Amino acid sequence: MDPYAALIQPFVEFGFMRRALVACLALSLGCGPVGVLLVLRRMSLVGDALSHAVLPGAAIGFMIAGLSLVVMGFGGFIAGLAVAVLSGLVARVTPQREDASFAAFYLISLALGVLIVSTRGSNVDLVHVLFGTILAVDDASLLLVVSIATLTLVVLAVIGRGLIVECFDPGFLRAVGGPGAILHFAFLVLVVMNLVAGFHALGTLMAVGLMMLPAAAARFWAGQVTTLAATSSAIALAAGYAGLLLSFHANLPSGPAIILVAGGVYIVSVVAGPRGSLRTRFLPRRHLEA
Amino acid sequence: MTAGFSLNDVTLGYDRHPAVHHLTGSFLAGSLTAVVGPNGSGKSTLLKGLIGLLSPLDGRLERNGLRQRDIAYLPQQAEIDRSFPISVMETVLLGHWRTIGLFRPITRALRRQAEDALVAVGLDGFGRRPIASLSTGQFQRVLFARMLLQDCPVILLDEPFTAIDAKTTADLLAVVTRWHGERRTVIAVLHDLDQVRENFPDTLLISRKPIAWGSTAEVLRAEHLFQARQMAEAWDDRAEICRRSVI
Ligand SMILES: Nc1ncnc2c1ncn2[C@@H]1O[C@H](COP(=O)(O)OP(=O)(O)OP(=O)(O)O)[C@@H](O)[C@H]1O
Ligand SMILES: [Mg+2]
Repeated sequence: MDPYAALIQPFVEFGFMRRALVACLALSLGCGPVGVLLVLRRMSLVGDALSHAVLPGAAIGFMIAGLSLVVMGFGGFIAGLAVAVLSGLVARVTPQREDASFAAFYLISLALGVLIVSTRGSNVDLVHVLFGTILAVDDASLLLVVSIATLTLVVLAVIGRGLIVECFDPGFLRAVGGPGAILHFAFLVLVVMNLVAGFHALGTLMAVGLMMLPAAAARFWAGQVTTLAATSSAIALAAGYAGLLLSFHANLPSGPAIILVAGGVYIVSVVAGPRGSLRTRFLPRRHLEA
Repeated sequence: MTAGFSLNDVTLGYDRHPAVHHLTGSFLAGSLTAVVGPNGSGKSTLLKGLIGLLSPLDGRLERNGLRQRDIAYLPQQAEIDRSFPISVMETVLLGHWRTIGLFRPITRALRRQAEDALVAVGLDGFGRRPIASLSTGQFQRVLFARMLLQDCPVILLDEPFTAIDAKTTADLLAVVTRWHGERRTVIAVLHDLDQVRENFPDTLLISRKPIAWGSTAEVLRAEHLFQARQMAEAWDDRAEICRRSVI
């Protein structure tokens, strides 16, 4: 197979591949910076919890409107937000930490979701909800994914400074009277929104993968918030492109293929990236003059 | 001179247990006061009360029109994530928060002020370094540079020179003296009594209750220091309700 046929032709020839690629581009732009901020806030697993929390909402949406990604996405958004608000509330009102309250509410939500899906849907539907259908992204859901990415970038441009300070030095933000709680909540809304966008393409189980794996990998390549976000987006996009081709040529489900490529990039980064990787640790170079 | 803070029989503490009680007096505007006392005597608690992170359990604490953002505060243990990927310059620029807030742009003039602040604390040329790469003393200088930009009329410092070498301490004390010259109100928690005698005109000596408050020479007398050392550090879970009245 010549390179054109392998790397480009599928997108020229098939509309669903083109739409999938655009969806991946939009997802990468939103998920890149959001994932980096999640990692920096030591909330990597909260992303995971939230991605499971959207399940009952998506399942109820599925029951109402069938495999309509927009309705399912809306349901997922409401469910994810409910979990974020409730666990945030418990963490602020009681001495329990947010990681524990998050775990509690997302488990309740997940169990509810599995219950709904198992009583009402067939197994095929469950597979759709869990693993997504990026190759079946229609125009309506493409529009939704692109809108979410745009909104995410706009919101981050506006509250980015606050988010960074709130994470880096919360005491300072409090002392200067910054709106810490509002910023935190706005950020959680962004996370849920991007998970919903990703869930269209990759399914509830895989959506968080495109958020966390590139962000975790970026740490081995970049050292500032902005470059971390850019690197993370670039890795996500590359993983989307390569994963789509892999799924096309080898006839594999697209969601896991994309996430596995991102996982491969992560492992390469851990081993060989220029910042703090295994290579820099075990193959040190001679020290400098000063 | 107007009072920066006036305290009338103020008790501060946690969960109804007083950390420091029945404090009456005032920190005058433009004064330079050291707060001295043994470990656990309530010094940090007092600063938290002054800035408003803690409300008094009892008594009246007047800030006389000072808003929270008029007060710069250096906590004893900042909740700062030192591994965060942010540069020295970006950290110092946060001192401009009152001007830039969440959204407004950072102009070249603001940037130049930040560079000047770095020079003032002896960190010329460190702007691009990530804060994760600084030593403890260097990082403390960064926090001072940030406070220089905050340009607040009131500055609270909780053990600013702990684990700092003599040269850095001298440099940072010069900054404190400069603030005093600019007629800002500075309140600093310190343990080095010689340092206090040399640099701080006023002192408050506490040990869970006020021992003495006034001019440093008057306060740091042997009998006061002896009294401060007799402090009961006990935290009694079944303590009675305190019935002492105003002193
Ligand atoms: N968050 C808290 N919850 C409950 N008790 C506290 C808390 N912080 C301090 N205390 C108690 O309040 C008392 C005063 O503490 P504080 O931190 O004000 O002491 P300090 O004078 O600053 O001491 P040090 O010199 O060790 O910094 C201590 O007995 C301490 O055990
Ligand atoms: Mg203290």
